[in-house]
Amino acid sequence: MIKLRQSDYEKIVAHAKSEAPIEACGLIAGEISGGDKIIKKVYILTNVDHAEEHFTLDPKEQLKAVKDMRAEGLVPLGNWHSHPVSPSRPSDEDKRLAFDSSASYMILSLMDKEPVLNSFHIEGDKAEKEELVIEQG
Amino acid sequence: MKIKVAGVKKEVQDGLTVSQLIIDENVETPEYVTVTVNDEFLENDQFDSTVLNEGDNIEFLYFMGGGQ
Repeated sequence: MIKLRQSDYEKIVAHAKSEAPIEACGLIAGEISGGDKIIKKVYILTNVDHAEEHFTLDPKEQLKAVKDMRAEGLVPLGNWHSHPVSPSRPSDEDKRLAFDSSASYMILSLMDKEPVLNSFHIEGDKAEKEELVIEQG
Repeated sequence: MKIKVAGVKKEVQDGLTVSQLIIDENVETPEYVTVTVNDEFLENDQFDSTVLNEGDNIEFLYFMGGGQ
């Protein structure tokens, strides 16, 4: 299970909508408790591709975020990105570029009126949806 | 000499290169890893020639990207 605060969910949605049709992206960090991932902080990073169908996290911002996580006692849990006009599921390219099988890969779709956020465990070409719980807060 | 890798202090042999450190640290998919030494980003072709020094701070950043 992976838990996300409502306020962090709204932060992701608001940023993704503001960036559309460009893909938005960022990192998630928090703690792992009893096998559950609890997201404590969502980072918004620049998509250096500035593209509608691709994203790459800005490495300089990534370095800054990693240091911030360490300073706050958080562990990296994965990343998130938006699909402005396609479903909330990993594309072939998402799977090919998912190098960390311990990470959660969150994908926010904006293709319908209501945003859809899912989280995936990706290993090789297999993607498995994780149980995502959005909590008040 | 002492260096710091991803925030963890380590004792390593003098003259260690970034390429050797990548091997010693069992870095997976090194072709998709960006390395910083004291916050300076290295190009991949600098890994062999970059010799680490006492007190260096090294970070490994995995490429993160994708597409719809």
